Amino acid sequence: MNDTAHCIPDGWEAVIGLEIHCQLSTQSKIFSGSSTAYGAPPNAQASAIDLGMPGVLPVLNGEALRMAVMFGLAVDAEIAPVCVFARKHYFYPDLPKGYQISQYELPIVANGHLDITVGDAHKRIGITRAHMEEDAGKSLHEGFVNESGIDLNRAGTPLIEIVSEPELRTPAEAVAYMKKLHQIVVYLGICDGNMQEGSFRCDANVSVRRAGTTAFGTRTETKNVNSFRYVEKAIEYEINRQVEVLESGGSIQQETRLFDPSTGQTRAMRSKEDAHDYRYFPDPDLLPVHCGAQYIEDVRATLPELPVDKRARFERDYGLSTYDATVLTGERPLADFYETMVAEAGGEAKLCANWVITDLLGALNKAGLEITESPVSAAQMAALIQRIGDQTISGKIAKEVFEAMMNGEGDADAVIEAKGLRQITDDSAILAVIDQVIADNPKQLEQYKGGKDRVLGFFVGQVMKATGGKANPDAVNRLLKERLGPPGEA
Amino acid sequence: MSLTTEQVRHVAHLARLGLDEVQIDSLSTQLGDILGLVDALSKADTASVTPMAHPLDMGQRGRADVVTESDRREAYQAIAPSAQDGLYRVPRVIE
Repeated sequence: MNDTAHCIPDGWEAVIGLEIHCQLSTQSKIFSGSSTAYGAPPNAQASAIDLGMPGVLPVLNGEALRMAVMFGLAVDAEIAPVCVFARKHYFYPDLPKGYQISQYELPIVANGHLDITVGDAHKRIGITRAHMEEDAGKSLHEGFVNESGIDLNRAGTPLIEIVSEPELRTPAEAVAYMKKLHQIVVYLGICDGNMQEGSFRCDANVSVRRAGTTAFGTRTETKNVNSFRYVEKAIEYEINRQVEVLESGGSIQQETRLFDPSTGQTRAMRSKEDAHDYRYFPDPDLLPVHCGAQYIEDVRATLPELPVDKRARFERDYGLSTYDATVLTGERPLADFYETMVAEAGGEAKLCANWVITDLLGALNKAGLEITESPVSAAQMAALIQRIGDQTISGKIAKEVFEAMMNGEGDADAVIEAKGLRQITDDSAILAVIDQVIADNPKQLEQYKGGKDRVLGFFVGQVMKATGGKANPDAVNRLLKERLGPPGEA
Repeated sequence: MSLTTEQVRHVAHLARLGLDEVQIDSLSTQLGDILGLVDALSKADTASVTPMAHPLDMGQRGRADVVTESDRREAYQAIAPSAQDGLYRVPRVIE
């Protein structure tokens, strides 16, 4: 058993497909001129169109279309030359029209794929389709007795629903796929990726079958899971639940389930016998959408460098390890920070990578800050690297300078001056300290002359201590050896 | 073309229409007649015809992504059956 499949009972295989809803970062809604900003007072951003008032006419937001096309191109999918909006009918209070405008037979994006890595294994996952649709509103229950409150600010927010092929086999693969997709939509700038606010959420279709068989088992759909960890737990729970049911002679009901993070379990939603009888038909309020070859090429020209290409370039051009390149290209702002820093520092790509990954990310993590909120800019980091390069300070003192910079005590030069951290490279100054240290430690001098060469390290340490770590370590070593001569020569 | 009373009940339920038995019987016949009329179209050879999603032979124009709507909540909620603290009130729905 390998560790990615440890949660799947022996003799069974899981079949997982994900439907991911991704809110597009437009200013206005997909079919109306209402704002999509998060956190407004309830219903302050719900216009007549969002409320489904009679006589209104939805008009497609061109930017939502452009973003959907960008996504399709980023996952090597086909962009439909003609796509059609359809009405999906169901009754729910957060859907005032009684139908959601979605796409059914002719979605904008089809037949793409995404490459994922779990451990050392690489796998290509098919993306069946991605379609544009409008989000629904929200139901609130707290503070009401036998009633619910409806907030329609979210109604009409543009979404793309991205449907994977049922090619995922473990919860770890499902999470790897979801993370990769998240990274891409954030890189593209088409989604803010904020999972707490529901900008990126997942429905997981899960079924199980005996290992070695090919027919699909009956699947369940676990709705609206909004964190990577919950997706992993929900799928893991669902796999084990289904295997238990089947092994004890039961059968799986095709149903919609909800994941409860507090128990780590999924439970069936109140049954809707006709939940999937949506009676789709083309929306007569909206014309078919044409995407010509020129339009598609224009959108393609605006695609930013994608994570996989950026990582390869970082390895090639900066000579970084796969690990370093993967970390640095994990988020676009981090990659940009690093590239600015290397350019400003005039090279030292590997040293810059070490400082960003170990020191900067460590300090930001501790302070609970994102890279975009870093108190130290890329240019300031570069200046620090340059002071190491020109021997103004040692790498060790640089850590102290960096800490002060993070505390807002100014840039590298100001901190070095204020704290008197300039490295002592002047031989005569270092020699004076060396002579003093030798004079103060006759016993160790005796040992050294007796042949104990390890005592050299003691002297180096004493000199560094006496200079407050400011002496250039190479110069100290060289000068000490000159002064003391080879060990054992009394 | 005929429609069973069971099918009529199912469609009525999906549309949240409350029909009595008499209506269901008469609607079964009437809807069956309508479907029969539409079914006549299936006699036409459409093998070479592209399915039409809209009677207008035009493409959808995209709107500029600009916020044009202001907050008119007061006006909309004045005509709602029930509202409280800016929320529309409905019979409890919970999963």
